[in-house]
Amino acid sequence: MRQEKDQPLIFEWSRPGRSAYSLPKLDVPELSVEDILPLPYIRAKRAELPEVSELDVVRHYTALSRRNHGVDNGFIPLGSCTMKYNPKRNEKVSKLSGFASIHPYQPEETVQGALELMYHLQKELEAITGMDQVSLQPASGAQGEWAGLLMIRAYHESRGEKRTKVLIPDVSHGTNPASAAVAGFESVTIASNEYGEVDLESLRQAVGPDTAALMLTNPSTLGLFDRNILEIARIVHEAGGLLYYDGANSNAILGYARPGDMGFDVVHLNLHKTFTTPHGGGGPGAGPVGVKKELIPFLPVPIVERDQDRYRLNADKPQSIGKVKGFYGNFGILVRAYAYMRTMGPDGLKLVTEDAVLNANYMMRKLQPHIELPYDRTCMHEFVLSARQLRKKGVRTLDIAKRLLDFGYHPPTIYFPLNIEEAMMIEPTETESKETLDQFIQTLIRICEEIESSPETVQEAPHTTVVNRLDEAKAARNPILRYRREEENGREGSVLR
Amino acid sequence: MKPFGYLPHTETERKEMLAFLGLQQTEELFDQIPAEIRLKEPIQIPQAWSELELTRQFGRMAARNKNTEEYVSFLGAGAYEHAIPAVVEAIVGRSEFYTAYTPYQPEISQGILQAIFEYQTMICELTGMEVSNASLYDGPTAMAEAGMMACAATKRTKLLVSRAVHPEYREVLKTYAYGQRLEIVEIGMGDGLTDLDELGDRMGDDIAGCIVQYPNFFGCVEPLEELAALTRHCGALFIAVVNPIAMGILEPPGSFGADIVVAEGQPLGNSLSFGGPYLGILATTRALVRRMPGRIIGQTTDLDGRRAFVLTLQAREQHIRREKATSNVCSNQALNALAATVYLSYMGKQGLCEVARQCMLKTQYAIERLTSIKGVERLFSTAVFHECAFKLPASPAAVNKKLLEHGIIGGYELAKDYPRYENSVLLAFTEARTKEEIDTLAERLEAVL
Repeated sequence: MRQEKDQPLIFEWSRPGRSAYSLPKLDVPELSVEDILPLPYIRAKRAELPEVSELDVVRHYTALSRRNHGVDNGFIPLGSCTMKYNPKRNEKVSKLSGFASIHPYQPEETVQGALELMYHLQKELEAITGMDQVSLQPASGAQGEWAGLLMIRAYHESRGEKRTKVLIPDVSHGTNPASAAVAGFESVTIASNEYGEVDLESLRQAVGPDTAALMLTNPSTLGLFDRNILEIARIVHEAGGLLYYDGANSNAILGYARPGDMGFDVVHLNLHKTFTTPHGGGGPGAGPVGVKKELIPFLPVPIVERDQDRYRLNADKPQSIGKVKGFYGNFGILVRAYAYMRTMGPDGLKLVTEDAVLNANYMMRKLQPHIELPYDRTCMHEFVLSARQLRKKGVRTLDIAKRLLDFGYHPPTIYFPLNIEEAMMIEPTETESKETLDQFIQTLIRICEEIESSPETVQEAPHTTVVNRLDEAKAARNPILRYRREEENGREGSVLR
Repeated sequence: MKPFGYLPHTETERKEMLAFLGLQQTEELFDQIPAEIRLKEPIQIPQAWSELELTRQFGRMAARNKNTEEYVSFLGAGAYEHAIPAVVEAIVGRSEFYTAYTPYQPEISQGILQAIFEYQTMICELTGMEVSNASLYDGPTAMAEAGMMACAATKRTKLLVSRAVHPEYREVLKTYAYGQRLEIVEIGMGDGLTDLDELGDRMGDDIAGCIVQYPNFFGCVEPLEELAALTRHCGALFIAVVNPIAMGILEPPGSFGADIVVAEGQPLGNSLSFGGPYLGILATTRALVRRMPGRIIGQTTDLDGRRAFVLTLQAREQHIRREKATSNVCSNQALNALAATVYLSYMGKQGLCEVARQCMLKTQYAIERLTSIKGVERLFSTAVFHECAFKLPASPAAVNKKLLEHGIIGGYELAKDYPRYENSVLLAFTEARTKEEIDTLAERLEAVL
């Protein structure tokens, strides 16, 4: 049943004069701020932050946490997001003082343990991807893509070539074309064939002397392995272009194939997908990039290097594309990912992929009789269904997704990839048990039955969440992007409050 | 093979599932991978560790690092040690938050959506701006995004950036500028502040924006009023990089007509963590809201009229607009932003001002104390917030080495980025430093110089 009371904003708990903070008594001489700062730069009016007690803070954010759903709460079969279990031991080791409380500008000899960890992480990622050198700098998958494309641009320019186009399959993630644009490229869309693979004819026609690279996810966002990958690589390389591997779907190939062996020149990995670092409600992630030998000089700096028993950060790489973020990447995330790799080892990682692929195929075949399966072939770690047949009953994929919420599930990725109508992309991951898969399958089948018997139950879902469906159009038409106290609201009639 | 606790299937279940698929062997699932590229050998990484081995090995690596809980650190330069209330860790450690996905399903994500809406409100209050996004990667990338925003908004391609802006921020900006084919012109400085005359000379109607830091890399308080006037006069956007704690005591850039304010949000309840993950703050004016990069949370109602929160203005973003998006950024640093929100709630209206005041007064005391040492002097005379550049009569590397022997992590060596400031260090003094620790620093310095 829906909770009737909404949760006030922290500002609405505020009472003038109330406070939570605890600070030591000032132990240095009191001086007047006016004697230190020039007058126009002394803050005239305090920021309207909440005035609440410590228990107010704790109750409020605990209440908010209960209005949220994470992997620890239940199954999140989000395609291409790899929402697997986030191991507690990784959280624990990341909080060790020797990792959490070190300053990035400490002398190198005082952070040897951190550098040792980063060095070994680089090496293991190189072994997993089959690349010659990895940089841990990028903060996310999208930043990894962009950094990878900048390297490709710098590589071509170093050879005196001006290549302006990046080829991107129509089923790719939205960050691919966006990263290409931010890296200064024009993107060209390549069609998929009837098997969900890159259409070789379209590719042949698109490549040319202006081709900088092809960006590919393999398996694709359809969860299908592109069996022509070697031919694709040949076509792109013969035209003088490079191959970029979007590592979003790496969970499908650990121990079975490596982008380096498929012909890819540049790779990024999403450590928050394949390597279990938590998604954090939208971040932070980490997106290390790896390259083949010819591109090593262009990697973002710094790189961790080993000189016998001593580790050091090397930023002295004249051809590098430079720094892509502050300091040395999202170190706290790197610690968690390395803890995962050390927990699994080569056998564990291979088993991860086997179970992930087994789970996806099992669910796909169980659901196929009930919801249309556009590509009827063995899938990898995820698969895409289409609910377009159900539209005749007045029910859309969105409705099914919302109905799943009533059963305690986070719905699959919907309306993506874009080439499938009413798409529903399901990625179970390897950490879910057969019981969980079976229960989810039964729930989806039950929803299909409801669509026959009482479609309004589905159309009007969800029925049990703390809020009903939202008026998203209103949010965009009349954006309210911050809280204002009532008395302030009275004075401001503007749309953007 | 030994069992892996994260993988629930029993061998019997695997066989059952394979049988359902009509397969004998797991390998058959991978027949679609061409034989030429099928890995024939195990991945060449070391064998797995048990939880106990992991804890010991990671404990060993962590112990090789000298941490700020055992050592007294005076390092700042873009990452700051502040007291982090236990409340922050307790809330951020709730797995309903940290194991959640991006809130694309608002009905089961009201918790993080509301928290980030509160974050946006607090950031507007701190910076004096009208709108804030849901956070970016970190301070340097937020500054680069602001630069790109200015170029898109003005349809110009040249950015001015003060050399008193953090060197790493400028490096990151250059990398983004290479991508976007933007021109970056650096403006020199005098007495620790951006050179107003040079800025005036360089400013013109070909300039998209001007970027300054407040307080700047050297801790000095830039005259935003004059800088903003010079910039806006030519139709360029005025971009200020701030320290969020300093906003407890400094008049925010919004009051001086800033168009975009960015910041490194780490000082707000986030640990140093060797440089990341942190969060990038970006706030702007109503006029520029549709050019903002990244996620934004808005307030709306559900179909029954209840107040609720949702990701909004998504027509700017890559998953809708693809190559026409305002930026390629996809994630925000939601968990770090949550930490900042809890921190700011806990410190409150009064506490933030008090932290800022303590930082500033400790710095004043340190200046007094350190400059009384023979040969130690301030590099600049300008007013500072919680950081100050000092010139030493010896090499900072050698001095820092000696300090380290006494459990002190010394300051940032300025000659690394500014060769002309040789023998100079940048020292930070937050509320976490006691008078006694500052006195000890002074005594040790006196002894080694």
